[in-house]
Amino acid sequence: MFMQADPLQKNNAADQEGVRLIRYVDALREAFEQEMERDPSVFLFGLDVDDHKGIQGSTVGLQDKFGKDRVFCTPLSEDAMTGVAIGAAMAGLRPIHVHIRMDFMLLCMNQLVNMAAKSHYMYNGQVKVPLVVRTMIGRSWGQGGQHSQALHSLFMHIPGLKVVAPSNANDAKGCMIAAIRDNNPVIFIEHRLLYAVDGYVPYKSFEVPFGKARVLQEGDHVTIVAVSHMVMEALRAKKHLENVGIQAEIIDPISLWPLDMDTIMQSVRKTGRLLVVDNAWLTCGASSEIITQVYEVCRKTGENVPDMARMGFAFTTCPTTKPLENVFYPNSRTISAQAYEMVKGKGNRWEPAVDAKTEIDAFKGPF
Amino acid sequence: MYTKELVARLYKKMSLIRRFELRLAEIYHTDAVKSPVHLSVGQEATAVGLCDPLEKTDIISNTYRCHATYIAKGGDLNEMMAELYGKSTGCAGGKAGSMHLVDMKNGIMGASAVVGTTIPVSTGYALAMQMEAETTGRQRVTVAVFGDGATEEGCFYESINFAALRHLPIIYFCENNRLAIHTPLEKRWATEKLCERVGTFGIETHKLETDDVFAVRDTVAKAAANIRDQRSGPIFIECSTYRWLEHVGPRDDHEDDYRDLDEYRRWKDNDQITRLAAMLGKDVVNRLEDEITVEIKAAEEFAEASPYPADEELYKNVYAS
Repeated sequence: MFMQADPLQKNNAADQEGVRLIRYVDALREAFEQEMERDPSVFLFGLDVDDHKGIQGSTVGLQDKFGKDRVFCTPLSEDAMTGVAIGAAMAGLRPIHVHIRMDFMLLCMNQLVNMAAKSHYMYNGQVKVPLVVRTMIGRSWGQGGQHSQALHSLFMHIPGLKVVAPSNANDAKGCMIAAIRDNNPVIFIEHRLLYAVDGYVPYKSFEVPFGKARVLQEGDHVTIVAVSHMVMEALRAKKHLENVGIQAEIIDPISLWPLDMDTIMQSVRKTGRLLVVDNAWLTCGASSEIITQVYEVCRKTGENVPDMARMGFAFTTCPTTKPLENVFYPNSRTISAQAYEMVKGKGNRWEPAVDAKTEIDAFKGPF
Repeated sequence: MYTKELVARLYKKMSLIRRFELRLAEIYHTDAVKSPVHLSVGQEATAVGLCDPLEKTDIISNTYRCHATYIAKGGDLNEMMAELYGKSTGCAGGKAGSMHLVDMKNGIMGASAVVGTTIPVSTGYALAMQMEAETTGRQRVTVAVFGDGATEEGCFYESINFAALRHLPIIYFCENNRLAIHTPLEKRWATEKLCERVGTFGIETHKLETDDVFAVRDTVAKAAANIRDQRSGPIFIECSTYRWLEHVGPRDDHEDDYRDLDEYRRWKDNDQITRLAAMLGKDVVNRLEDEITVEIKAAEEFAEASPYPADEELYKNVYAS
């Protein structure tokens, strides 16, 4: 029903052969199926992965195809199940551990930070931890304070972990395949609102490499780096801004760690302006990191520091009620207004009209 | 019932551990080992009894008090000493130190300093071994080693539940020395019915009231054989033991007045190394002790002669390729 802007397909010229329009969630499922077929050491587990709903459809049918040894549900026990995944990974398997909400990952922090991230280093290469941790961010229809958190910056902080947050179906599939093949623990962040969004995805198996940002749309006036679902808002903002003659360049970092600063710097050198829109709180976050690194590069090279700003969640717990939730998140209009002021100069205020129906309005529970 | 060879083997391993530890305590003041050490003196019999029936390809996980089990499982002594010295030839190139000893080629998973953390990790290893056995037809055994304090962590119960649910090939081995740092069991456990607690998960349990090295060995041997042959895991073993020295560091801390001296005497009177020495006789003991002297001296010389890691090592192995 909803899809990201077309140029993604264009940017993916190499993969154009045999693409078709599928949902983000189906692209994920296809990644599991293709990798599990290719590599018998891949297995997938977590609460509810084998139930009739199959993690919003992303795991449906996998148990029938690959058996109960390779696709199985577990007790909740997030802490121990993470340790189990780490141990299995050390023993040579490639586990995919699934969390229905990212908020529950706080119960896994000991294992992820003390073991998954450190084992390869602390044991000096004697073990590897090729682990994928799938985790969903919620939003809308009252997900509230504990079903909505985007905690990627907690994981970006830790040496040894990789963090990816693909924003479209193509990258969901390519990143998942890359994550499964990676010999490190990868925190794979999936935004619920993106699940139903269509995108062009190749039939064949392919990897989207980590540490390579994607310029989704080009523009000369302002660089907007957007994370996860905020990419959707930034792309809508791009259209609004075009109506007032502003060309925004939209960049999706895709992987937050490793972070591709080269692509961001290249764009910023062209536009002279950087707006980072994170799908998270700002304090000590991905936006802090990106802006700091831009500053550090400029200081090192002697370039002018660009005009920089950032947007993200209000520094509050996410409220459940819709009117407050609406002002908790940045949206295409607030992003447009911020970009407009950056381009036109301080004090120049403008805000576009409300968007037509989006994936945010379309989302309904009860799950 | 027990052959001379077996008694000699058990004796030598136990004595090697004790003398290695006491040598560490002796040189600790020189600051050659610039990091905390949690010595295993007094706990040799549980480690040796546990590891003797295991095969090289079986896996054990460890606590931060891991010197005894590392040596007992066949961990490389030179690499261990070099690791304690922070040298590049150490088992982890100096990046691990005493609390994180590792030797995967001898089936020793890396130890963790965070109590209980390796219990689920070894459970995951057992899951992989179960899957492996489906193809190889040969069941390797995983042993999770942990102390009484670790059974107070949530992940312990989460892990044994999962292992019971999936009949994993794992022995959970609790070295119960009744102390968590300085806090006695009485202040931490509502009841002492640990085996009963574990039993409610449908897990076979064994409680060993002393560290009789033969009893430990026989219990583990039987458990490992059952897991290997009949896939009858998981199995839980609680074994009493006693820490002779302070929680961390080289000192005997019985003067600190928080431990029962009678209990200490009882354990010393029951010392398994003394017991087995008597069984072997002076000549055999002297020969074994001479061998141990050579091994420890070689490890020390190896560690001293080895270089420290170069600065470039800092950024190696942050990410696996």
